[in-house]
Amino acid sequence: MTRPARWRPALLAASLAAVLVVLCLLSLGLGALQIPPGDVLKALLGRPTGPRIEDVIWSVRVPRTALGLAAGAALGLSGCVMQALTRNPLADPGILGVSAGAAFAIVLAAGVAGIGSLLGYIWFAFAGAMAASIVVYLLGRMGRSGSTPVKLALAGVAVTAVLSSLTSAIVLTDPAALDRFRFWSAGSLVNQDASTVLRILPFLGLGALLAVASAPALNSLALGDDVAASLGRKLGLVRLQGVVAVTLLTGAAVAVIGPVVFIGLVVPHVARALAQSAGLGPDHRWLLPLSAALAAGLLLGADILGRVIARPVEVQAGIIVAFIGGPFFIALVRRRRLAEV
Amino acid sequence: MTTDSLRSEEDPAGKTAARPFRLAFPPVSGTLRPRQLAVCAGLVVAVFVALCWNVSIGEYGIPLTDVARALTGSGDPGTLLVVQELRLPRAMTGLLAGIAFGMSGALFQTMTRNPLASPDMIGLTQGAGTAVVAGIVLGWDFGLGTQALGLFGALASALLVYGLAWRRGTTGYRIILVGIGVSWVCLSVTDFLLARGGRFQAQAALGWLVGNLNGRDWQQAAPLAYALVVLVPAALLIGRLMRTLQLGDDVAKGLGTRVQAVRLTVLLTGVGLVAFATAAAGPVAFVALAAPQIAQRLCRTAWPPPLAGGLTGAAIVLASDVLARELIPGTELPVGIVTGVLGAPVLLWLLIRVNRAGSGG
Repeated sequence: MTRPARWRPALLAASLAAVLVVLCLLSLGLGALQIPPGDVLKALLGRPTGPRIEDVIWSVRVPRTALGLAAGAALGLSGCVMQALTRNPLADPGILGVSAGAAFAIVLAAGVAGIGSLLGYIWFAFAGAMAASIVVYLLGRMGRSGSTPVKLALAGVAVTAVLSSLTSAIVLTDPAALDRFRFWSAGSLVNQDASTVLRILPFLGLGALLAVASAPALNSLALGDDVAASLGRKLGLVRLQGVVAVTLLTGAAVAVIGPVVFIGLVVPHVARALAQSAGLGPDHRWLLPLSAALAAGLLLGADILGRVIARPVEVQAGIIVAFIGGPFFIALVRRRRLAEV
Repeated sequence: MTTDSLRSEEDPAGKTAARPFRLAFPPVSGTLRPRQLAVCAGLVVAVFVALCWNVSIGEYGIPLTDVARALTGSGDPGTLLVVQELRLPRAMTGLLAGIAFGMSGALFQTMTRNPLASPDMIGLTQGAGTAVVAGIVLGWDFGLGTQALGLFGALASALLVYGLAWRRGTTGYRIILVGIGVSWVCLSVTDFLLARGGRFQAQAALGWLVGNLNGRDWQQAAPLAYALVVLVPAALLIGRLMRTLQLGDDVAKGLGTRVQAVRLTVLLTGVGLVAFATAAAGPVAFVALAAPQIAQRLCRTAWPPPLAGGLTGAAIVLASDVLARELIPGTELPVGIVTGVLGAPVLLWLLIRVNRAGSGG
């Protein structure tokens, strides 16, 4: 086995970091108030700038950018973990109903139980995400042929359909809830202050830790359940760890930005292709961080795009992502064989 | 096609088994299925009762006997006006939409050999929804109204799904998966429009999106009725042609069925049915999914029967509409909420059965 050239992974990491930095600067500068990059840097370094500029950057743009990075990374990680756990190229927190589970639980908490605070309903989001992911997984692997991409995707869509009809039953009877819901359900990074971002960070951090720690186990799982078991992996434990990680990451992200579909689907495929080109192979110790970085960039990029394409209105990031992700999904389906990951 | 449904076609008593027949004049031959006929007759009665019940409730109740009399055109003028001008259009819209949803569900399920492949799962209703919400929120209705927009949206998304699923022919599974992708994109466009629109427009749009029979008049019912006059016979004819598709594409081809042509015809007929029904009543959730499956079990056939499926759909929509109005006194829920909540367990149950039988992919 030839060792990969050392400089290629380093180049990959450096170029990803550069892209992320550029996206961050763009995200801090673009919007209803255009701020030139020089002023952005000045404000970040604490130097005096215009009176409104500092205010806008620190109270609006920085939380928004941080949220985009954190939530994007969370969705990318959970997509990568799900694709590895189910060995299914179509797995994604949105398609497999995990986001819908969290969303339904949040609407239930806010609309029926009257819980308005983020730290109050985030627990509902976790419960909903976990319940939905377990139900979909069990439904999808029933039957003789085990879990196939088609069965899992259909199970996810069915569970999503069920949950969304229940969600609209709640939302329609309460106009005030409807007004909040329709912004949140489109997947948006707008109107979040710094404290919201700080509050979900512990959950995201724990989820990310669990996800990254499961990387070696996911590598052995890629060889099949039997091989993984004979390599000494406790399959039940690996799955539990994966599900908890997905629940924490997806639940916390959905609680703040709403159900965003397709990030978790697109990103791991791109990460695999990049890892291949850098000579790294499908090793989850690389794929997970790559997915996190790519997804953070994708969500942030979608948010920036949404700010500039339809001025003066802003298009929610979730919608832009769906526009990129939908065709990607279809292209994936059209491939001759839906090869297992 | 599951093994049980094959088995259940055998009838232990032998009384209701399918019997072939041939007449000298008119020169017709076919299979007589007494059980299917009996079920259809029973369903017609059930639909009529549900229709009368649906008409009898409202601001002030009308006894069922008076409703039945008013439907035939007799009774006092006040009741006649309320029944024929105010309440019958709503009930008829529900009835016709139910028939259309049930039949198209049966066609799609037979074509893809998958009970889960109803129009709500493969992006047609979502496409109609996007077009209609665009009309409501952006005012882009070009004077066409909800009807034409819904029709346009469903047809466009059906062509898109079919076109994208085409790769040296189509397969049932590729249609389903591509449909899922298309429906996600449509949903996100709808979300964007909802978030962009004003509060009242959003409420109106969301009210339509769940499927609603409130305030329907003959203007909505009439186009649907004309469409059904053409599409229902077409669906019944194709239903016979495509039964070979149930055996798999290769076997069907071997038996002389032109698989791709039949599939395209089925798709167009099914889409036509869904499109007109959605345009009139909105996307009433899960009717197209559940009705054919219920009918299949009532008739004990090995495939979802189109006619019985349509009648079951009509009964479900009318009964759900009654329930939607009577459940919480003082408020009228949209009918789609009731069918959505009732249909959810049916969907999960189907999923479990399909996967267990190993025919879900």
